[in-house]
Amino acid sequence: MSITIIGAGLAGLSAAHTLAQNGIACTLVSAQASERAQSVMAEGGINACLDTMGENDSIDNHIEDTLRGGVGLADRRSVRGLCESAPAIVREFHALGVPFPTNENGIVQRHFGGQKKKRTAFVKSSTGKMLMTALIDAVRRFEAEGLVRRYPHHMLQQLHIRENRCQGATVFDTYTGESLTLGGSVILASGGMNGLFWGLTTGTTQNTADVTAMCLESGVELANLEFIQYHPTTIAIPGKRLLISEAARGEGGRLFVRKNGKPWYFMEEKYPELKNLMPRDVVSAEMVEVTAMPECEAQVYLDMTGIDKTAWKSRLSDLREQVLHYLALDPVKTPVPVSPGIHYFMGGIWVDAQHRTSAENLYAAGECACRYHGANRLGGNSLLGAVYGGKIAAMTALKEADLKNLPAAPKGAQPYSEVSPAFRAAVSRILGDRLKILRCENDLRQALTELASLESKAANPAETRLLSLAKATISCALFRKESRGAHRRTDYPATDSACRKQTVVQRTNVFFREIDEL
Amino acid sequence: MKLTIDILRQKDSASAPYRQKIEYDALPDDTVATLLHQLNAEENLKDVEGNPVGQIHWQCSCLQKKCGACAMRINGVPALACDTKLNTCKRGQLVLEPLKKFPTVRDLIVDRSLMMDNLIAIHNWLEQAAHHTGKAAELCYDASRCLQCGCCLEVCPNFMPGGDFYGAAAFVPAARILSQLEKDHPQALADCYQKNIYSGCGKSLSCHHICPAGIDVEQKLSNANAAAVWKRFFK
Repeated sequence: MSITIIGAGLAGLSAAHTLAQNGIACTLVSAQASERAQSVMAEGGINACLDTMGENDSIDNHIEDTLRGGVGLADRRSVRGLCESAPAIVREFHALGVPFPTNENGIVQRHFGGQKKKRTAFVKSSTGKMLMTALIDAVRRFEAEGLVRRYPHHMLQQLHIRENRCQGATVFDTYTGESLTLGGSVILASGGMNGLFWGLTTGTTQNTADVTAMCLESGVELANLEFIQYHPTTIAIPGKRLLISEAARGEGGRLFVRKNGKPWYFMEEKYPELKNLMPRDVVSAEMVEVTAMPECEAQVYLDMTGIDKTAWKSRLSDLREQVLHYLALDPVKTPVPVSPGIHYFMGGIWVDAQHRTSAENLYAAGECACRYHGANRLGGNSLLGAVYGGKIAAMTALKEADLKNLPAAPKGAQPYSEVSPAFRAAVSRILGDRLKILRCENDLRQALTELASLESKAANPAETRLLSLAKATISCALFRKESRGAHRRTDYPATDSACRKQTVVQRTNVFFREIDEL
Repeated sequence: MKLTIDILRQKDSASAPYRQKIEYDALPDDTVATLLHQLNAEENLKDVEGNPVGQIHWQCSCLQKKCGACAMRINGVPALACDTKLNTCKRGQLVLEPLKKFPTVRDLIVDRSLMMDNLIAIHNWLEQAAHHTGKAAELCYDASRCLQCGCCLEVCPNFMPGGDFYGAAAFVPAARILSQLEKDHPQALADCYQKNIYSGCGKSLSCHHICPAGIDVEQKLSNANAAAVWKRFFK
């Protein structure tokens, strides 16, 4: 039996760990070592109802906050599974050695956006790195036992899908130029679609979107591509956006804009209950709105000067160091200029509650998959979704892999190709200009025309499929004629209950699909 | 600023390395990583002799010193390209070379899998649930930040590829595991530690000063020694 995992970030490692714990061997393929995966960049924390802060939190609260944050587009049954598993997942990581701070009740939790209770477990602002270190070490044990076989410095070259059934994958060794074909089931854990927005996201350059583009090319369904999370507090640094963790607001950071020359704490005035910790889609859209007002300046600031010394020292020291290093500003003393930047893709490869894609024997988990976050993801739910999704995908794959009837390793593969920096920049320019926080039909139609003009310039299969993915993303945004969560149409500003469905795209065909359980 | 960039290039692992000089106008506040992206986005870039430069191969991922991918020798010193500003270049000279202790794959890309192999060899994992103590929490956090970039091995006078000594890239992660063991639960790591770390380290501590993550490497070494060699575990 052979199961191939594409991607060795948190979701891929979680899948590998789960398979190995069940005695099943797997192949773990990644472009670079796990230490280089985007998961190490996750900062603020991981959500789980541990109820250690004396606030009478409950799993139902976590479920309701997640569904509300997703503005009705997440499947209730899946979210229930996610939230019910969360406490055990966080405790498992504690046992694997993650140094979560503790109090007399257990693991300490912090405030995070879109949640009324303190529910986010954390290690300073380096939670992703801490989870990854612990899980890399845990998987290492299975590498030594031969249950996990790593193929680092390998890229997915081709997914072999015949008659909607995955037969395996051909991977390309970027060091030697050799190809290798692996038969059997495949779990995709390849991350979000940063490659559509080069230089405009907070994530890694390694999440090229190529695996998602290959799925589209092979007729595998993608979903909700229009839902792109703009994180409210980012800063442009050379080549990318730098994230200022939501933990800054969780610990007391406040957003303001100068209105008629005086600081206006607009989130606190407009949303007296959750204030600066409204869900990210709401905060980002408000920032666009207030900076467009004639009486306001064009720059929003994050004021962290009121955060107390203990919080800076024990919980935000790494965040302070990062701002000092990249902005030469001390956030303890000076408000930091921030603006929204692309941070997460709620949409991606469509999966069902068991993490099956629309093709047999092909599964997906983590940010590349679309399942838990609906129209907007809550901070702290991405690390959770990656770990949980990886586990479920692995359990489904091992249950469904047909030991007696293994598909033979397919023969032949199309040559490996890569997107050139110039072509990626051209696609990114169009998407970055036309698929902003606020969209409208004219802009989106214009984007399709501009993308069509790039068709003749696509020099290889990787460039052709990236272009198809870009068009599919715009098509999803055009198809959803309403505003909901991270998708805000100036020409359709209202939320339409008839659109409380998933947008699905298969090749070039876009349609709505009912959500399993509302 | 006018910059003369001197890059040690190599077509593939079997080819001979050669130097290529490029003159380029760059912004002093940009990083080496930004510069490499810019050079690769230039069409028809020529070196000082008029030869085409083509794609300069290097590794990157996070671009904010959290992943260690872009470690290379910058003006003779191992560092992260995303962490090194061009205004640190003296007399407009920038020399870029691959790390030398690892086999070159092409240009600035080296194969660092030896570090991960060494961590398997010393059994760097917990064999039972972590034993958490408040005292060790900060140490665990700091040790868990290791990027596995390889800068520490590059400057270590005792580390040689293929040798028995595995260097800070092994003892920093090991310090995390060792700090979470209980006294009556010794594990294989403690035994390997003696051979592959303790007896090979000359305590030059060049690793301590070079770590781009700013890990307190010296503290990790003394804590790991205390646990693995002197059996002093956190209570």
